[in-house]
Amino acid sequence: MTVAESTIKFTSAEDKSTRAGFGAALLELGKINPNVIGLTADLGGSLQMNKFRDEFPDRFYQVGVAEANMMGIAAGLTIGGKIPFTGTFANFSTGRVYDQIRQSIAYSNKNVKICASHAGLTLGEDGATHQILEDIGLMKMLPNMTVINPCDYNQTKAATLAIADYVGPVYLRFGRPNVPNFTEADQPFEIGKALLLNEGADVSIFATGHLVWKALKACEELNVKGISAEVINIHTIKPLDDKAVLASVQKTKCAVTAEEHQRHGGLGDSIAQLLARKLPAPMEMVAVNDQFGESGKPAELMIKYGLDTSNIVTAAEQVLDRK
Amino acid sequence: MPLTATTLSTKMTDISELKKTCSQIRRDIVRMVHAVQSGHPGGSLGCTEYFVALYNGILHHDPQNFSMDGLEQDLFFLSNGHISPVWYSTLARSGYFEVSELATFRKIGSRLQGHPATEEDLPGIRIASGSLGQGLSVAIGAALTKKQNGEDTIVYTLHGDGELQEGQIWEAAMFAAAKGVDNLISTVDYNNRQIDGDVDDINSLGDLGAKWHAFGWDVIDLDNGNDLESVIRTLKMAKEHTGKGKPVMILMKTEMGCGVDFMMGSHAWHGIPPSDEQLENALGQLEETLGDY
Repeated sequence: MTVAESTIKFTSAEDKSTRAGFGAALLELGKINPNVIGLTADLGGSLQMNKFRDEFPDRFYQVGVAEANMMGIAAGLTIGGKIPFTGTFANFSTGRVYDQIRQSIAYSNKNVKICASHAGLTLGEDGATHQILEDIGLMKMLPNMTVINPCDYNQTKAATLAIADYVGPVYLRFGRPNVPNFTEADQPFEIGKALLLNEGADVSIFATGHLVWKALKACEELNVKGISAEVINIHTIKPLDDKAVLASVQKTKCAVTAEEHQRHGGLGDSIAQLLARKLPAPMEMVAVNDQFGESGKPAELMIKYGLDTSNIVTAAEQVLDRK
Repeated sequence: MPLTATTLSTKMTDISELKKTCSQIRRDIVRMVHAVQSGHPGGSLGCTEYFVALYNGILHHDPQNFSMDGLEQDLFFLSNGHISPVWYSTLARSGYFEVSELATFRKIGSRLQGHPATEEDLPGIRIASGSLGQGLSVAIGAALTKKQNGEDTIVYTLHGDGELQEGQIWEAAMFAAAKGVDNLISTVDYNNRQIDGDVDDINSLGDLGAKWHAFGWDVIDLDNGNDLESVIRTLKMAKEHTGKGKPVMILMKTEMGCGVDFMMGSHAWHGIPPSDEQLENALGQLEETLGDY
């Protein structure tokens, strides 16, 4: 199977947002799991939770602009068997409420699903106050916390359904803009399982979230240049699928990571730790480099901050030179 | 209503037994804190009557069969987790775990962490607390689940007055009233002491009753939170106030360090342990009634 043949299977009929995938799954969960509770801190519309709210008004709590209270309420709701899904922007789901999550949810090991939209630069025009690029790091450092960052509508929907069946705190990260929807509808979702999207021999590209599609595009460009890239979708950053990462790098001997997050504390950081301990190999990271974002259109920002397809291509070429 | 001699006598016996429990718990507190030379005796001593009252006749609970979910039981959350000694002693003396385990308080490998935690599976604890201001929100969540499950049970919380300086408390206060969380009885340990000094000097709470009233709570004043009969009477009255559309708040005036004369009258004993000599002095003031652990 050539790279070109394999990547061509990924097409998007219609761009959709990952947050819409979350909203659709939450509605479905409402129908199939009576213990699922929805909470929002005045961003239920943005999180597309309104259909759940309208259909299950008794299982939905509008907390108002009080995220710390929302996290505490969610922790308490689990005592007696409820499965709360909190919905607000990623910034307000993490940094603003870090101590509440740390003590009442992570340390207390409560079955809360922290669902975080508008993560990263692709939030766009609202600017850096709202564009959190540190949330993966904040959440993955907490013991007991699972961190998931799906890549498109279908996968976000599948992940949302899956975390309802997993017992324990979860941080589910997704975004605002419409992006290609290229993974299978109604796919199974296994927490902690990396997905091999394209086999390759020369370089391993590990991508998460919105950068997975760009990694596939980069793979096509690299193929034209005669470089065979392996593309792996790391939808679960913690626990990391060590086995899949090591197996790929064993073969290719080098790695590129790609994410809409700070280089410090993100996916690249997790993979670098793993490789440093088990399989040292040249590595490049496509990520934001210790900067805050700014206002702009999502696509403009991704280019300006070095998170575009071309940046992944360049990183792959650079890492190949270091093999 | 006049009480018959028989009723009165039964009541008095109960009260005198519970007062003995208070004395023993106070001994436990100072001994636990002394043994590891760390911990918070002041607030623990000040809230002893509250704990003894709550766990002996107020809470509908099952010490022998603790479960995290606590279905069909009343729940208690300690938001000011630093007064863990009084809680641990009360739990042990109520049958949640062996009294001898109090000797492990704050020691490595213990289930009795410096601040309450769930990770070690200590029966009686349902949430970690210590970082202040979080317990009211948690209790509201648990109270909502009680409502979701169709239970006619009550969720109780205790807070420090210094803790009320945390913003999250007021987020929770607003929510509980707005959403009619009326199966909730919160109590503030209103001793006007915090670690750095008197609450009035550090950051005054102003008219605390007016504040809770304005936030939409049913406020009950308890002028002497170290008088066991008053505490019992007030908690029983608070129960009567549940189910009426409002959360219930008891503002419970207490004396930090109550029961040990040299620990009373200032904030100094918020979080320091007694020396050997001070321990002897304290124990001399507190009768051993149920046997030391």
